[in-house]
Amino acid sequence: MVRYITSKFLYMLVSLLILITATFFLMKAIPGNPFMSEKQVPPQIRERLMEQYGLDKPVIVQYGQYLKNIAQGDFGISMKMQNKEVTGLITDTFGASLKLGLVAIVVSLVVGVLLGLLAALYHRRLIDNVAMVLAVLGIAVPSFVVASMLQFVFAQKAGIFNVMGFNGPLDYVLPVAALAAQPIAFIARLTRSSMLEVLHADYIKTARAKGLNWMTILFRHVVRNGILPVITYLGPMTANIITGSVVIEQIFGIGGLGKVFVSSISNRDYTLIMGVTIFYGVILMLARFLTDIAYVFVDPRIKLTNRKEG
Amino acid sequence: MNRKKLLVLVTLLLALSTVLAACGQNNGNAGSTNQGNAGTQSDKLAADQTFHINLASEPPTLDPAQSQDNVSSAVLRTLFEGLTLKDKDGNIVPGVAEKWEQKGKEYTFHLRSDAKWSNGDPVTAKDFEFAWKRVLDPATVPAPPYAYQLYYIKNAQAYNEKKITDASQVGVKAVDDKTLKVTLENETPYFLGLTSFTTYYPVHQSVKNNPKWAADPSTLISNGPFKLTTWTTGQALEVEKSDKYWDAKNITLNKITASIVDQAATEVSSYKSGQLDLAGQPIGEIPTDQIASLKSEVPNELTIKGIASTYYYLFNTTTKPFDNVKIRQAFTKAINRQALIDNVTLANQLPAFGLVPPGIKGVDKAYREENPDTVYGKEDANEAKTLLTEGLKESGLTKLPKITLIYNTNDNHKKLALAIVDMWKQTLGAEVTVQNQEWGVFLQNRRNLNYQVARAGFGADYDDPMTFIDMFTSTSGNNDTGFKNAEYDKLVKEAYSSNDNKARNAAMKKAEDILIKDNQVILPIYYYTNIQLVKPYVKDVIVDYAGQLDITRVKLMEH
Repeated sequence: MVRYITSKFLYMLVSLLILITATFFLMKAIPGNPFMSEKQVPPQIRERLMEQYGLDKPVIVQYGQYLKNIAQGDFGISMKMQNKEVTGLITDTFGASLKLGLVAIVVSLVVGVLLGLLAALYHRRLIDNVAMVLAVLGIAVPSFVVASMLQFVFAQKAGIFNVMGFNGPLDYVLPVAALAAQPIAFIARLTRSSMLEVLHADYIKTARAKGLNWMTILFRHVVRNGILPVITYLGPMTANIITGSVVIEQIFGIGGLGKVFVSSISNRDYTLIMGVTIFYGVILMLARFLTDIAYVFVDPRIKLTNRKEG
Repeated sequence: MNRKKLLVLVTLLLALSTVLAACGQNNGNAGSTNQGNAGTQSDKLAADQTFHINLASEPPTLDPAQSQDNVSSAVLRTLFEGLTLKDKDGNIVPGVAEKWEQKGKEYTFHLRSDAKWSNGDPVTAKDFEFAWKRVLDPATVPAPPYAYQLYYIKNAQAYNEKKITDASQVGVKAVDDKTLKVTLENETPYFLGLTSFTTYYPVHQSVKNNPKWAADPSTLISNGPFKLTTWTTGQALEVEKSDKYWDAKNITLNKITASIVDQAATEVSSYKSGQLDLAGQPIGEIPTDQIASLKSEVPNELTIKGIASTYYYLFNTTTKPFDNVKIRQAFTKAINRQALIDNVTLANQLPAFGLVPPGIKGVDKAYREENPDTVYGKEDANEAKTLLTEGLKESGLTKLPKITLIYNTNDNHKKLALAIVDMWKQTLGAEVTVQNQEWGVFLQNRRNLNYQVARAGFGADYDDPMTFIDMFTSTSGNNDTGFKNAEYDKLVKEAYSSNDNKARNAAMKKAEDILIKDNQVILPIYYYTNIQLVKPYVKDVIVDYAGQLDITRVKLMEH
């Protein structure tokens, strides 16, 4: 077990190093620099800026210096947003993304499972059909369309919510709805089909025949067994929602990390690009790492000793 | 099976009708709100004097020494105040300096005694000397990119470029706490106007030992009508009225709150829903495709004002076919600017034929009024065709080679480029392809003359034609055309060193003639407008000649 985890962890470190290296050199390969603008900065001043940020040295030297700095935990200061540290910018803005993401995850789980369950129980009846039409719509319509529509109808026209901003609890409603629409639809379909399977299983029939209370059967056996596929979907969904709320953040004017990441690239804000890339990389890799470990516990069929052959 | 299909259909219809019903109902709402707005103008001040705006980008900095962009300068204008101010008609009025004298290249500013920093300290002449030398000091980190805005001051450039090391030789000196003496390199007629500019703001001397002072409300000590209270990266920024400000009795707003959202469509929806009191340029944006509907929906709230910026295309004068002046002229004459403005750009821009936009001061009136750009020829399809034939002959070509027009990725630039290319094709039969490039890539290609035709835009740094004219000298870092002309350089130098404003203007006019009339180095398209939505209850929003926003004196009426 320890060997398995150690090897997974080492793989993770190697991937991270590759990520850092590739991003660093690709980033330097794009033309431009953080100090470019339509009104040219006088060459004397530009040279001084390049020197102050160490950008006058060969790329390979800059790379070495950067690795040395991050090994010491120093991610540098942003080159465009002056006087702001990269780590500070990330922690400041990731909070909003994280809050939004977590709420969206909870909402998608609760609503999705509930819809799926209802659909399975009322199979081929009105509720099922409505739920499944909604699910198809949810999967087919991209989140930014949902977001713009919600914004137009409920904020701009009806005036119930704010068009933008992320201050009070009411401000969560529209972005969460937009962000959760797709996962809800997916989870509902997933739950429905696996519940249907379970409902027709022999052990449920046995339980009913024994005269067990229907509610007990439902929660103890049906939901418990039927929800397993949803749990496997949870991993990728969490990563997707937390790292992928960029568009929704933009539409509702939520200052999350996604927005910072996009603008850092067009600004050639080298330190910030690297910082955010590493941050996202670590989140995704950690998620992978934890999933790998979780598999071992959930699925005893994964034989640790046989890993190398597989 | 049939029943199921029917059910699906019914569900879909239901969903659709809900959406439609919501739209219909709400359209009605919007209409009545507008009428409501128009009828509620009042002379009484609103009880809540909180002004809501949006910033389309995060201010990169709130350090006056580092600021270069419209957004940070608009915020800084609420926080700081220079020696002078500009009133709503663009006149220079006393700011921190209550009066001043000028003798040739020497200015003496007398500071008002009640000017105070937000922490209560008096604003002294030493603060100005400190701030200006801080901008120029080659050891300042990061090097202030706008330091060259101070190069008019004696020895400023030499000190900034490390040619002299003695800071006391720079022509700014605090004679005592309330007297500031400034000596210039040349007599600069627009110098007083410059002292209201962000780079010339004073900073509190406590910033010396704190490189992060401007990022934190608790250390950002300012001397203007407002002080910074909140700044959350990517979210919001808030300033509150400062009771230490000398003219606090004339400041009506209690608070300005700014959201930070870079989506133009969101900004406009937000404005319509009443969440914002002001939307649009220069700190935000209004999507061009909404301008037409806004003109009919809220005609009283939409303001369009000409500003001192020019939109033009650059010709690369070093490669075929645009190394030939006649071909450049042909392309310039072959487009119909008014049609482009009416159908594509849509913001009531003015057709441009020259480089210097209206709104820039000349000798007595505006430069463009004294020197109309109509002399730079007019659009004429037939003349364009003749010029093209002659030009091709001179260059020894039988037909136009492949031409590519580059622009930086942006929907508006794209629409305009496609329309212009179409006009070129119609009149000249030219096959031009358009190519969008990412901002950094685009700038680099332009700078390296790796293009044939490229988009460009330039806004005034100061209120004088020189801010545009000196862009095209052979040594200028902003001259991305390959154009080199000794006569042009000489005229610019003449205007730089001349004390006589009339002679300066004449020299600059001659230079513009060389650039446009004789050489057609650029293809002027339009002079920019500033397009803004302002609620009817908002009074005294100032947009200056260059499109800079001043909201310090805004009043909110009852509504």
